[in-house]
Amino acid sequence: MDRSELTAQIPGLRRYARVLTGDAWAADDLVQDTLERACSKWRLWIAGSNLRAWLFTLMHNQFINQVRRSARQSSTGRMVDMDTVNDELIAADPNLDMALDLHRCLMRLPQEQRAVLLLVSLEDMSYEEVAKVTGVPVGTVMSRLSRARSRLRELMESSPGRAAAAPSPDSKQVLHRLK
Amino acid sequence: MIALDSPMDPNRPPDAVSESELHALLDGRLLPHERTALETRLINDAEATATLKDWRAQREALRKLHKPLLSEPLPPALLAAAQRLNRSQQQFDQWWRWGGMAASVALAFGVGWLSHGQWSSLRPQTSQVLAKARGTSQEFARQAAVAHVVYAPEVRHPVEVTAAQQEHLVQWLSKRLGKPLKVPNLSAQGYELVGGRLLPGETGARAQFMFQNEGGERVTLYLGALNGDSSAVANRETVFSFSTDGPIHDFYWVDQGFGYALAGKLPREGLMQLAQAAYQQLQP
Repeated sequence: MDRSELTAQIPGLRRYARVLTGDAWAADDLVQDTLERACSKWRLWIAGSNLRAWLFTLMHNQFINQVRRSARQSSTGRMVDMDTVNDELIAADPNLDMALDLHRCLMRLPQEQRAVLLLVSLEDMSYEEVAKVTGVPVGTVMSRLSRARSRLRELMESSPGRAAAAPSPDSKQVLHRLK
Repeated sequence: MIALDSPMDPNRPPDAVSESELHALLDGRLLPHERTALETRLINDAEATATLKDWRAQREALRKLHKPLLSEPLPPALLAAAQRLNRSQQQFDQWWRWGGMAASVALAFGVGWLSHGQWSSLRPQTSQVLAKARGTSQEFARQAAVAHVVYAPEVRHPVEVTAAQQEHLVQWLSKRLGKPLKVPNLSAQGYELVGGRLLPGETGARAQFMFQNEGGERVTLYLGALNGDSSAVANRETVFSFSTDGPIHDFYWVDQGFGYALAGKLPREGLMQLAQAAYQQLQP
C-alpha cells in the first residue's frame, strides 16, 4: 500500500458516509473516526489484503456503535440539520427534488438495510464482500438487500407529490438548528 | 443462487424470475450467458420486468447521490488523519524491510498458537489486549532476527564472552537483564554454545546466546524483558509463534513478561525442535 492508495479511498468513504448518515457533519466525523481507528488498528491489517474492504469494515463498526449510542441518548426522533433542510426547501430543480425525496426515503429504511443497499449500489461490492464488511452471512445480506429495494420502491411510490420537499406528516423528524 | 421468499404473487409460474436473480442481474453479478438467458426469460415476465425497471432507476438515482463528493478536495482534518495513518503504516513497513521479514509475521500468531486456545474463543476485549501485546512481541521477534542477521555470520567476534567462561557469561547477563538466566543445553540436538553478548533493546537490555553445530550452522537465542501494555497478558499467557522470510526463521514466545526468540536458517521443523527443547529447559 502506498500513500496514494489510502488517499484514493477517502472520497468513496465520505460519499458512502454522507448517504448513510444523511448529514454532512456526521459523515465527515464518521470518516475521521474511521481513519483514527485505522491508525490504532494498523497492525491488524494484513499487507496485501483489500484495503478498501478493511476501511469500510472499520467504518461500518464505527457507525453501528454510533447508532447504538445515539439510540440510548435520544428517544425524541431523529435530528435534521437545519441548513441541509434549507437547501431542500429552496430547491426548484426537479432532479434535485427527486434526489431529496430519495434521500428522505432512504433514511426511513432500517440502517442495516440501508448499509447493505448502499454498499452494493454505490460501492459495487460483491455480496460476499458486503457480508464481510457488515459481519453477517451472505444470506442475510441478500434478504436485507431484497427488503431494502422493495421497501424503498414502496416509499418512493407513496412519496407525496415528489416535488414537495416538506417532510411527510408521519415522519418523526424534528427540525433543529445546529448553530 | 440464494432462494428468497418472494413477496411477489405466489401464483406466479414456477419458472418465473426470482428476486435474487433480479438482484444479480441488476448488480452485474451474472456471466454473459446467464445474463442473456435471464433476459430471455424476462420477456414473458411482466411483473419481474417492472420490478427490475424500478430497481434499476433506484440504483441509478442512488449512484447520483452526493456524487460531487467524489471529486471534491478533502477537508484538512481528513487529510491530516490520513497522513497520520500513512505515517504509522510507513513505520510498520520500515521494520518489515529492516528486519528482513515479511508480512507473514502478521499471520504468525494465527498459526503459531501451540497451547493456548484460538482467537475465536477469546472474548473481544481479550483479543484487543492480545493484539496490542502481539505488536510488542512481534517487535521483539524483529529485533531478534536483526541481531541474528548481524552476528551469526561474524567470523572473528561472534560473541563477547565465549562458552569457555559460561559461568561468568550467565552471571554477567543475568545481572544486566535483572533476572537469573539459564542457558539451554542443545547438545542433544547437535548444537553447542558458542557464547553470548549483551545488546540494547527497546525496553532495556537484551541478551543473545549463540549456538553452532558441527556443520557451522548457527542459531541464536535472544531474550529480554517485555514492558508496556503487553505485560498483563504476557504475565498470564505463553504465546509461542513462528515467523519466516526467506532463509531466516524465528520461533518466539513470551513467558511471564519475558520474551525469547530462537532464530536461524534451519527449516521450520528443525528450529521448532530446538525451540521446544529450549523452552522446556528454560521453564522455571
